[in-house]
Amino acid sequence: MSEITYQVPTMAEMAARNETPEVLFWVGCAGSFDDRYKKVTIAFVKILNAARVKFAVLGTEESCTGDPARRAGNEFTFQMLAMSNIQVLDIYNVKKIVTACPHCFNTLKNEYPALGGDYEVLHHSEYLQQLIDSGRVRPQGGEVFKGKKITFHDACYLGRANDVYEAPRHVLEALDADLVEMKRCRTKGLCCGAGGGQMFKEPEPGKKDINIERIEEALQTGADTIAVACPFCMVMMTDGVKNKEKEQSVKVYDLAELVAQANGL
Amino acid sequence: MAIIQQIIFIAILAGVAWLMYQRIGIIGKTIRLGKEEDRTDQPSKRLSIMMRVAFGQKKMFDRPLIGVLHFAVYVGFILINIEILEIVLDGILGTHRLFSAALSNFYAALIGFFELLALAVLIACAIFLIRRSFLKVERFQPARHREMSGWPQLDGKLILVFEIVLMIAILTMNAADSALQDLGSAHYPITGDFLVSQWFKPLFAEWSEGTLIAYERLAWWIHILGIFIFAVYLTYSKHLHIALAFPNTYFSRLEPKGEMKNMPEITQEVKIMLGLDTQAGDTTVPERFGAKDVADLSWKNLMDAYSCTECGRCTAACPANITGKKLSPRKIMMDTRDRLEEVGRNMLANNGEFVNDNKNLLGDYIIEEEILACTTCNACVQECPVLINPLDIILQLRRHKVMDEAHAPGSWNMMFQNLDTNQAPWKFSANDRFNWASAVVDRGPENKSTESGI
Repeated sequence: MSEITYQVPTMAEMAARNETPEVLFWVGCAGSFDDRYKKVTIAFVKILNAARVKFAVLGTEESCTGDPARRAGNEFTFQMLAMSNIQVLDIYNVKKIVTACPHCFNTLKNEYPALGGDYEVLHHSEYLQQLIDSGRVRPQGGEVFKGKKITFHDACYLGRANDVYEAPRHVLEALDADLVEMKRCRTKGLCCGAGGGQMFKEPEPGKKDINIERIEEALQTGADTIAVACPFCMVMMTDGVKNKEKEQSVKVYDLAELVAQANGL
Repeated sequence: MAIIQQIIFIAILAGVAWLMYQRIGIIGKTIRLGKEEDRTDQPSKRLSIMMRVAFGQKKMFDRPLIGVLHFAVYVGFILINIEILEIVLDGILGTHRLFSAALSNFYAALIGFFELLALAVLIACAIFLIRRSFLKVERFQPARHREMSGWPQLDGKLILVFEIVLMIAILTMNAADSALQDLGSAHYPITGDFLVSQWFKPLFAEWSEGTLIAYERLAWWIHILGIFIFAVYLTYSKHLHIALAFPNTYFSRLEPKGEMKNMPEITQEVKIMLGLDTQAGDTTVPERFGAKDVADLSWKNLMDAYSCTECGRCTAACPANITGKKLSPRKIMMDTRDRLEEVGRNMLANNGEFVNDNKNLLGDYIIEEEILACTTCNACVQECPVLINPLDIILQLRRHKVMDEAHAPGSWNMMFQNLDTNQAPWKFSANDRFNWASAVVDRGPENKSTESGI
């Protein structure tokens, strides 16, 4: 297994070789800098390699999509970032983008068109589903996940914001695990508490933190794995598990990590 | 005597029509204070949404039992109002049951059907009133939700009492009418007993003809006056949703919920800064960024505010509210309407022109702590049975706070600074953005962050 040599080509390298990738993997800030989410980035890159997807990343040419600035009310910073990203994407003539961050996904997909950036944008849950459906990825998780209970925490920017509810569940079902739902799921899913710029500030005064409210619900399902599909949810749910001192028995994983595990990657 | 009744009736009818005209006028005028926004694209899709969500009350059936009860009140109320036509014509012309001759046998069946609906409305409203008064439904509790204390709580109950009184009036009026028919009273044409009110007839068994006529007339007046008062009342009340639910769903947002509206006035400026714009000059700097008062919001935000029926499904689903933060999406909508009504009164008092009162929606009604608590999760938008969007207002208020007043929490200012200097919300160098790849590939020494990309 360790003998696989992974490739992470950049758009610049591809362009130099006069090649065009099938898809651009938009890594996002959390995927690039956050130690926990870097593991998700690596898991997804391994899957793309194993599935022989011709992909590329922007590397240091990528910037924040601007989502946190826009949600916090700073339209100016958002548009500065968005415009420069669109310039870079258009230089490389990018047509199709996949990202593991629902916030990047939402912004690239829904908000860049108004600024002149039109791309086909997929969240990695949708992309993973396509890879599984087309047989390019075949999870063999029989032993890894047998008897394990997984609950999926809907990310607001994937679910309500973009009506993607089933793709992540299809991916989890392919793992042969026991998928259990929280009481508040799909359209009724409770936010982890980090959206809308909350990730970058202390919560306003209240009687409870939102991620604690959510983790209690997740723990009630009896699941030993909480699956997430968003870097912010990852932070909030992981903190919640720590707060409840359940790190030993309950793990928080991103979909890509679970698929990678199921493929022995 | 009859002619005096007719004159009084016509005078009251004219007065009610005039009051309604005034109220609708000022509501329309205040909605038009909002900024332009095109919501006329894809008419067939809009019509289908309106048919499903307003006409079919699709979202009310998320809670099936409440959905059925609410549907009974809604259907009952709409259909019974067909009978108002006969009542109004009787009032103007001094006739009694004008349609009974023309419809002959069908008339009793029709009134019977209306009575059945009236009974359903009566039962549903009684259940709702008990639920509001005695069952501690969390989202209606003023102790837990400050926006519900005082008038909004009373308003919710008054509407139900109104409807119960109206339904009792119509049913007992019909019963007294039947009793009079049995006595062969001159002005009461024979229609036969009606489906529901026949069970109330024993109440009137011992009554004399004169008392019966007096009661029948009294109930008739209570019913029609009640409806007139109710019609005017609802324009001041949360009950306005019975009319506005239709246009409000028709003009609802068709874009994905996650999409925030672009600010073209900033795009222009950004293009100039990035050297992308060649035709500078036509840049009109807006008076203010984002929304500080109701007139800065779009007309649809304002229609949303008038359409809100204060049910609180938004607030019950709001993660910030659930965990005890000050934010309540319902309060955002109620505050917007309260401010808008205040602006309307100001306009009425000043010959239709708004005179600055040194008050604003942001600050005097909605405070910063509320809008800062929002996670933009769209749960409130998802829940609203009439497709109101509280999030859109919250985000416009945030834009004002941050861009116009340059006021944001310190950690947000740090985040903005990081984004401006290293294109990431955290304090990492842009050159290190690709370092993660070293874990899977050997990127070689030449790729290890050397150049300055900032």
